[in-house]
Amino acid sequence: MLGDNDGILSGAHFLDGDHACAEGAIAAGCNFVAGYPITPSTEVVERLAWRFPGTGGTFIQMEDEIASSIAIQGAVWAGAKAMTVSSGPGISLMLEHIGLAAMTEVPCVFVNVQRGGPSTGLPTLPAQADMMQARWGSHGDYEVIALVPNSPQECFDLIIHAFNLSEQYRVPVLFMMDEVIGHMTEKVVVPPRDQIKITPRRYTKLPPGEYEPYRAGDDLVPDFAKAGDGHRFHITGLTHNEKGYPVMNAECQEQLVCRLVDKIRTNVEQISFFHEDGLEDADVVVITYGISSRVTMRAIREARKKGVKVGHLRLVVVWPFPEEYIRRLAKQIEAFVVPEINLGQVVLEVERCAAGTCDVISIQHAGGAVHKPRTIYDAIVEAVR
Amino acid sequence: MNTTEIKIGGLGGQGVILSGMIIGRGACIFDDKYATLTQAFGPEARGSACSAQVVISDELIEYPYVEQPDILMVLSQEACTRFVPEMSPTGTLIYEGQLVKLPPSLPETLKRFAIPATRIAEELRRRMVVNIVMVGFFAAVTEVVDAAALRKSVEASVPPGTEELNLIAFERGLAYGQEALAGKTSESVVSRK
Repeated sequence: MLGDNDGILSGAHFLDGDHACAEGAIAAGCNFVAGYPITPSTEVVERLAWRFPGTGGTFIQMEDEIASSIAIQGAVWAGAKAMTVSSGPGISLMLEHIGLAAMTEVPCVFVNVQRGGPSTGLPTLPAQADMMQARWGSHGDYEVIALVPNSPQECFDLIIHAFNLSEQYRVPVLFMMDEVIGHMTEKVVVPPRDQIKITPRRYTKLPPGEYEPYRAGDDLVPDFAKAGDGHRFHITGLTHNEKGYPVMNAECQEQLVCRLVDKIRTNVEQISFFHEDGLEDADVVVITYGISSRVTMRAIREARKKGVKVGHLRLVVVWPFPEEYIRRLAKQIEAFVVPEINLGQVVLEVERCAAGTCDVISIQHAGGAVHKPRTIYDAIVEAVR
Repeated sequence: MNTTEIKIGGLGGQGVILSGMIIGRGACIFDDKYATLTQAFGPEARGSACSAQVVISDELIEYPYVEQPDILMVLSQEACTRFVPEMSPTGTLIYEGQLVKLPPSLPETLKRFAIPATRIAEELRRRMVVNIVMVGFFAAVTEVVDAAALRKSVEASVPPGTEELNLIAFERGLAYGQEALAGKTSESVVSRK
């Protein structure tokens, strides 16, 4: 399978989500992946190991996930675009380094093809139970961005967006697939090279001597210098000043950690990405993400046939959470219904934002399968009673 | 919304998943339709009972799973016994006539088509193309995906170097199906009640 000079397979393909994710990463310019294969994400790295020799990329199967999650960060400092790929048990091992990437502002992508947990759980079956881990998994205060695709086409499109966001904000971006999306095969259209929008790395224009690696501009994001290009820089997970040197006191901590958090929190509107359907006159709104959104579409179609005024809000970016938007919406409706393949995670954020102004109904599923459309339908009908 | 739910069942190694892949790819890449393929993933895909599910539609497919197959294609007795009860009573059952015996008391409205696909594959000296013979037969006896699109999909889906053999297998299945529809074969059972 040969692509054009950039190795991008422009055209229509019949691909599963894992393979589409791999192709999207290549299209995004990713040229370094380190990983330790794990079901149900294995096909992502399997395809990259096969494709990278032809596109100039490097895949390394590391000794474990801990090594994988740090190898990608070394590669980024050397100028690569990098990601790692895993599932729950592996992501749990990587958490310390997600915090390091947040602290040292390394643009990189962590793909999590979610399976049932906790622990090794259900290797071959779906869940959406790592959503809170994605946000809070590492210690300390920090913000990440998390995207959730609901089709193989979105695995392609959104992994490119994930890389772009990571470059723009210099944060680790979590790409939250699930077993169903990863192993579902559908048509995936890969656009021509010139129609794929890539956010370039924010390399500094300052000469060596003037550049400071953690001095941020108005957008709170510092510019980047590649190791070995003549700029002096220092990288540490310790609380650091603008030169990158450790300064362990409360003032520096406040300055640094508030900036790391604010560069995301003050840009929530820009980062937010969701699809609305029929919200204008809705009495009840179903909030979904990932595979649950597709089950919900079926349930909503049936409910509308019965005359229920039900809208659908599908979150593509789940973290940062679109708090203001949900607060406003809560005032216009009677109830939110939140189906998730977990025992109630994102629904907690919905409840927090709704703050009692409307009902919030959690439709939980312990994992291993997706909801039955009927379950969501019944909840919608019950919500407007 | 015109949607067809297809389930393909057999044993791991019979090419069940590839058959689903060919039908899905034929529908959405070489024909102008939407298709979603889901498959049994796990130990069952590696030896014992195995299945692929394809939803084909004129519109974007929301729910990706097969709930009540309109078409069931089976290559093993176990798959037949297990999946026939799930079928739409007005559906179409396509089965390998040498490997599968139909259970008694099937709904009269169920359309059935049998093909000695293993024998045909053996005539081609490659038993492993039995799944492609079945896909050719599927092309003839159903109208879900255009036969020309399925032919292209076979060519695009099989391992490089095996295209010619697989296309012959496809044509043999297709021809057998066309004869079955014309009532010219003895082994095919076409329910016309």
